[in-house]
Amino acid sequence: MTARPRVGLFVTCLVDLVRPQIGFAAVKLLEQAGCDVEVPVQTCCGQPAWNSGADTPAADLARQVIDAFESFDYVVAPSGSCAGMIVRHYVEALTNDSAYLPRARALAAKTHELISFLMRVRGVNDVSVRCIGTACYQDSCSSLREMNVQDEPRALLSQVEGLTLSELREPEVCCGFGGLFSVKYPEISERMADEKILDAQATGADLMIGGDLGCLLHLKGRMQREGVPMRVRHVAEVLAGMADEPALGEP
Amino acid sequence: MNLDPRRFRENSRAALEDPGLRIALGRLRTHFAAGRAGAVERYPGWEELREQGRAIRDYSLANLDTLLEQFERNMTARGGHVHWARDGAEARHIVLAILQQRNARSIIKGKSMVSEEIGLNPFLEARGIVPVETDLGEYIVQLRREPPSHIIAPAFHLNKEDVTATFRAAHTELPADRSIAERSELVAEARRVLRQHFESANAGITGANFLTAAEGATMLVTNEGNGDLTRLLPKTHIVLTGIEKVVANLEQAAVLLRLLTRSATGQDISSYVTVMSGPRATGETDGPENFHVVLVDNGRTHLLGTQAQEVLRCIRCAACLNHCPVYAAVGGHAYGTTYTGPLGAALNPGTMGLPIAHHHPNASTFCGRCAEVCPVKIPLPKIMRHWRAREYASSVAPASARRGLRLWAFFARRPALYRVAAKTVSRVLRLFACDGRVRTLPLFRDWFAVRDFPAPHGRTFQELWTARK
Repeated sequence: MTARPRVGLFVTCLVDLVRPQIGFAAVKLLEQAGCDVEVPVQTCCGQPAWNSGADTPAADLARQVIDAFESFDYVVAPSGSCAGMIVRHYVEALTNDSAYLPRARALAAKTHELISFLMRVRGVNDVSVRCIGTACYQDSCSSLREMNVQDEPRALLSQVEGLTLSELREPEVCCGFGGLFSVKYPEISERMADEKILDAQATGADLMIGGDLGCLLHLKGRMQREGVPMRVRHVAEVLAGMADEPALGEP
Repeated sequence: MNLDPRRFRENSRAALEDPGLRIALGRLRTHFAAGRAGAVERYPGWEELREQGRAIRDYSLANLDTLLEQFERNMTARGGHVHWARDGAEARHIVLAILQQRNARSIIKGKSMVSEEIGLNPFLEARGIVPVETDLGEYIVQLRREPPSHIIAPAFHLNKEDVTATFRAAHTELPADRSIAERSELVAEARRVLRQHFESANAGITGANFLTAAEGATMLVTNEGNGDLTRLLPKTHIVLTGIEKVVANLEQAAVLLRLLTRSATGQDISSYVTVMSGPRATGETDGPENFHVVLVDNGRTHLLGTQAQEVLRCIRCAACLNHCPVYAAVGGHAYGTTYTGPLGAALNPGTMGLPIAHHHPNASTFCGRCAEVCPVKIPLPKIMRHWRAREYASSVAPASARRGLRLWAFFARRPALYRVAAKTVSRVLRLFACDGRVRTLPLFRDWFAVRDFPAPHGRTFQELWTARK
């Protein structure tokens, strides 16, 4: 590898707003993997608009992200959901925009979910960090089914010193977040969260690790409401060696 | 039982509070999902088969008119009668006219979701004709005066004890002290009771899984054998089915059959596969004297040529229901329609109209599992999103939701302003946080109805990043 690739970090609106630590963990991991990281001015990928059927604002936001990020060698997001929006849905949102459609395709081709980028593109195969405990991994549906990320986080987490991974019985079942679904049908979302939390508790894990902050906020929020004492962290925090800092929702 | 899809929210709340339903729905995973997974694993080249199935169904939809006419010609040539129904009302009247013409008052019926779709039973009952359902699950829900809750397992929402109670209440002619606690006893009792109906019926009504144009035949898949008794014993047999079920020939139907049973019940093949191609011919020893096929449109052609057309590929295996976390939480009755789960969410807005069925495409997290297991590769979330876009562009969407989204989009499209707003929101949330969480806020009631919000850091990433540099 000659020149260091320029990576545009798509922080995601939730990480920006709620848990900047994940953004810094992503920067650290990307820099360790030999990338130059920049953070262009950004807001949101537009998924809430797209999934609500608000086609015009979704297309506007897609164009905004393309303008801000297309000059980078890669675009990386610590979220399968936002990466999935850029990779899978920008071309749909801009299907009637002949000027932006090819640019959407080009951006889709170089956009990645963080952990899969580290392994598949940067060849990262080992980590040397510690995190003591037993953890279950919470796949996000977008990571699984839109970005085909499944083995990568497990492969890297399995090398974390002191960490034991214990699989959920049904890792492929949705946790019930679903963006605005969580507020449109809160009771259904609640049941789905409870099923996921029961599954997680049955693994014997004291820590839940996931790759999408949306799912984690929803699940941790439900655990807090119900008094379930499980810690929750983003996978980037663990891999960047930041597991000593307070977990999600810890004072 | 409230069968109004507009009341999905209220129906689903009631369903979530039903502990028996939660137990029953837990069997989706053990009963259906595990079975399908095993069958798919045993089948080499499943993905190629899915692709073949998709192509077969797309060919059907692209040639629907000519295939249906070919089916009609070939069916008619062998003495069958083909009827065309534009909507449910026409279909109901066609069936009634056939029954009246044959003076048929004792009717047996089974394996027709289209008859549920068009409300055939209540229509006939109001005219003094009570069809007896012969599929065990359908029979049970008929006794309970409920609609099916699942397209291939009509009584899936019930537990064994419910069925025992239903039979005790309905079969009052049988000794009250009989033992019907076990599944096998329940099946035996249903069989005994239904046998009398089979013997006395003068017309039978079934659905069809496929119609084949080249042979002019209809194909029916069953596991209980009731379909064959229903079609063979009475003098008149009526097949009631949707126009989209047609395929070019039996060979294509056989490909779809491989996909259907594996996706539905995890069987390599169902117990019975029946090909029916008209009335009893000269020299044949059994079969109905009169054979009718009623082809129902009921909104299907409205979907042709639209972004929702692909839902017409559906072969009604129910794999999307069986793998849907929303269906698994609320069950079928909450939807208030015949077609539920992801299938209903993609189909109902098109056939019933968005004002009636707007909840269905919204009640999805877009987790994508339905599209992943669909044997004919229907992009179900994509079609649901299409309906959401139609809703957003119309007056069906609630004004408050649209206002909220507009406000958010206003900021999201103005990065400088957004950064200020995000900084403010982050600080305000932090201010309201106590012990690592926000318990409630005047806004976002629906989030806080069921969960807390983990306390945010209090500074946004973008401001910390700028400060670091």
